[in-house]
Amino acid sequence: MKFHEATLDNGLTIVAELNPQAHSLAAGYFVRTGSRDETSGVSGVSHFLEHMAFKGNEKYSADDVNRIFDEIGARYNASTSEEVTLYYAAVLPEYIEQTIELLSTLIRPTLRQDDFDMEKKVILEEISMYEDQPGFSAYEKSMSAHFADHPLGQSILGSAASIGALTSEQMSQYHAEHYQAGNITLAVAGNADWDELRRLTDKYCAAWPAGKWNRPTTEAQPTGSTNYVTRESNQQQHMMQLSPAPAAADSLRFAAELLSVIVGDDSGSRLYWELVDPGLVEAAELGYNEYDGSGTYLTYLSCDPESAAENIERIAAIYDDVNKNGVTDVEVEQSRNKVASRVVLRSERPMGRLSSLGSNWVYRQEHQTVEDDLKILESLSAKSIRELLEAYPLGQMTTVGIGPLEAPAASA
Amino acid sequence: MQQQNIRTHQFDNGLTLVVESMGHVQSAAFSLMVPAGSIFDVAGKNGTASVLANLISRGAGDLNARELSSALDNLGLQRSEGPGLTHMSFSGATLAKNISAALPLYGDIVLRPHLPADEFEAAQAGVIQSLRALEDEPRQKIFLELRRRCYDAPWGLPTEGSLADVESLTADDVRAHFETAFRPDEAILGIAGNVDFDEIRDTVEQVFGDWKRKPKPEFATAPHGPSQDHIHHDSAQTQIGIAYEAVPYRSPDYYAGWAAVSVLSGGMSSRLFTEVREKKGLCYSIHASLSSLHDDARVLCYAGTTTERAQETLDTTMTELKRLGDGIEQEELTRCKARAKSSLVMQQESTMARAGSIARDWYHLGEIRTLNDVGQRIDALTVDAVLDYIHNHPARDFTILTIGPQPLELPQ
Repeated sequence: MKFHEATLDNGLTIVAELNPQAHSLAAGYFVRTGSRDETSGVSGVSHFLEHMAFKGNEKYSADDVNRIFDEIGARYNASTSEEVTLYYAAVLPEYIEQTIELLSTLIRPTLRQDDFDMEKKVILEEISMYEDQPGFSAYEKSMSAHFADHPLGQSILGSAASIGALTSEQMSQYHAEHYQAGNITLAVAGNADWDELRRLTDKYCAAWPAGKWNRPTTEAQPTGSTNYVTRESNQQQHMMQLSPAPAAADSLRFAAELLSVIVGDDSGSRLYWELVDPGLVEAAELGYNEYDGSGTYLTYLSCDPESAAENIERIAAIYDDVNKNGVTDVEVEQSRNKVASRVVLRSERPMGRLSSLGSNWVYRQEHQTVEDDLKILESLSAKSIRELLEAYPLGQMTTVGIGPLEAPAASA
Repeated sequence: MQQQNIRTHQFDNGLTLVVESMGHVQSAAFSLMVPAGSIFDVAGKNGTASVLANLISRGAGDLNARELSSALDNLGLQRSEGPGLTHMSFSGATLAKNISAALPLYGDIVLRPHLPADEFEAAQAGVIQSLRALEDEPRQKIFLELRRRCYDAPWGLPTEGSLADVESLTADDVRAHFETAFRPDEAILGIAGNVDFDEIRDTVEQVFGDWKRKPKPEFATAPHGPSQDHIHHDSAQTQIGIAYEAVPYRSPDYYAGWAAVSVLSGGMSSRLFTEVREKKGLCYSIHASLSSLHDDARVLCYAGTTTERAQETLDTTMTELKRLGDGIEQEELTRCKARAKSSLVMQQESTMARAGSIARDWYHLGEIRTLNDVGQRIDALTVDAVLDYIHNHPARDFTILTIGPQPLELPQ
């Protein structure tokens, strides 16, 4: 395994973790832009633009892009989050050039008007699809409520109204500002040759405009709220709760990840034994999400509407206990073993390494090997969790409910 | 493709061990298939296997539920257990050095589970919660309900269970399922990873050697549900499910059948994606796949689309299904082959994928098909051979189910 790094004159960074023994290679452009970087007039443009990327450029039509990716047997796709738009492909090593060329094509699409109009319909379908999924709706509404006026609260998909009103000129403008080379990292993991990779990036990326988008990353100061969206025909009540947690650059993030496993993993955790094992809920989980400058603990609960309030209380009691008494050495040890095994298993595929390679660079300009990750994990103790909880106790600050329940009456 | 090192051994009690030794990985994975799936649920008690799967790891051998869970977590085992149609499956992956310690724990679970009567209600409640949650997810529900309508019972009944049946189950029903159906005769244990065959065989002999043969339980069959149906659901989108006959995995025509479905829905250049989504913008999600039982198979096709555009989506999809027999291009088949080749190579990067694959091969074929063998069979396909298949197994006699606010006009 060998790590390489280079930056082109225009600011594009290339990071690679190469292993000549690997069967495949995975490559991805991590563009540091997402819904938090949008102005209110163009809500949803990052995600819509991610779709438009596959419509091609002057050289390749939309059909060409899909056809060539399929001809080389690529597993490829893209995703948009609050902060990163990712375009990736996993391929056999002999297809490195087609892969870099095509992924580079995606980064600078032509944005033809007829393609734009057609894809708008697909985006509207996607919005409707997620609207029908209570878990997703709860996530989006809780982010919006928790972050309120902070940019992290902005919707990734946008709304039918914002997408309906969006023009291709607005999208071009957004693209010009946010897809400058200094805002983009190419990460490559697996079986590839570094010199070849450098030759290809010179060939396909050197002409990209230089520059960088400056993202304000002030930590959010949420105050909390409770919102219920009543859907009488739902069977289950879906609850999402958010609370502040360490940001992506905070060294407390490792403890926060481990704490989320101890308290809220889908098996063997405190929430599991108290709520899932006794059959009180369909799901009760705690996750930790890191962002530039901010972070969240995310609690998800799905259960019978009648017992939702009691279950929220049960979770509150668990969080109180953890905040007061911390966690045990046995819990730390067990969760470390779980996480270590996950890290190693994921790293056996280049595609599994890609996300950690790219994210570490985009968020922290650092390279962490699997061994580095395991070493940090090994260093965590009940004391690290205690330090974390002093700065960021577990909480249920913002609540969003989706399901049959009406909002509970406010207490006097 | 690298030469694979695969060996099998059948123990006196009928249990078959299949091991693929992979020298280049750190992990090992197993897939244990016990012939106690949901088809053996007594009529009117659909969900017995599902509740048993929830109950079975609540204590086994000398360990109570928490001790067992801790022991598995400390081995870093990423695991799942669940009822399949024919088999109940237990699978896990961890560092290769831990696999010999994990197997005896599974020996306890499969041979000596406590099945505590006082936890029956919790297990039952857990399954009921999951089934209720499914009611809120029409995108998942459509597949369960489509299977009910295209396969005779018990093959078409949900492995998860039916709500009314699960509510009426007793602890005795669940114990009876364990007593009659858990047997070594048609059990299969697939293990893939950095392991030595002889060591694994000795360990498995010690762990499962005492497992006693039992007669195969009977099961009753019943006709499938209506071929054309609609289920009302208040949602933004209408879910469309379409099924028609195909050939099972063990058929000599299987790969031709696979290619036919791949032309329809393999990759983003395939016909359904191109015609329904890219050219008309009718939906976000559309796909078809070949679903194989031991002796029977169906193509299952799915589209989700807003209600006002659902009729056009159904009509366009049906046109594409029927048009397949008119001819396919050489390039379409070439792309299918490229995608298959890359997927075969990438399978070698995942011990979990290989363990599952060799266990399933043994169930379907009574032998293991190497990746090279599969590659050669796919390479040998010609356009004429695929067209012959389509003419012998045309898309007709459709089962069509919709879930959404209003029914559609279905083809006669």
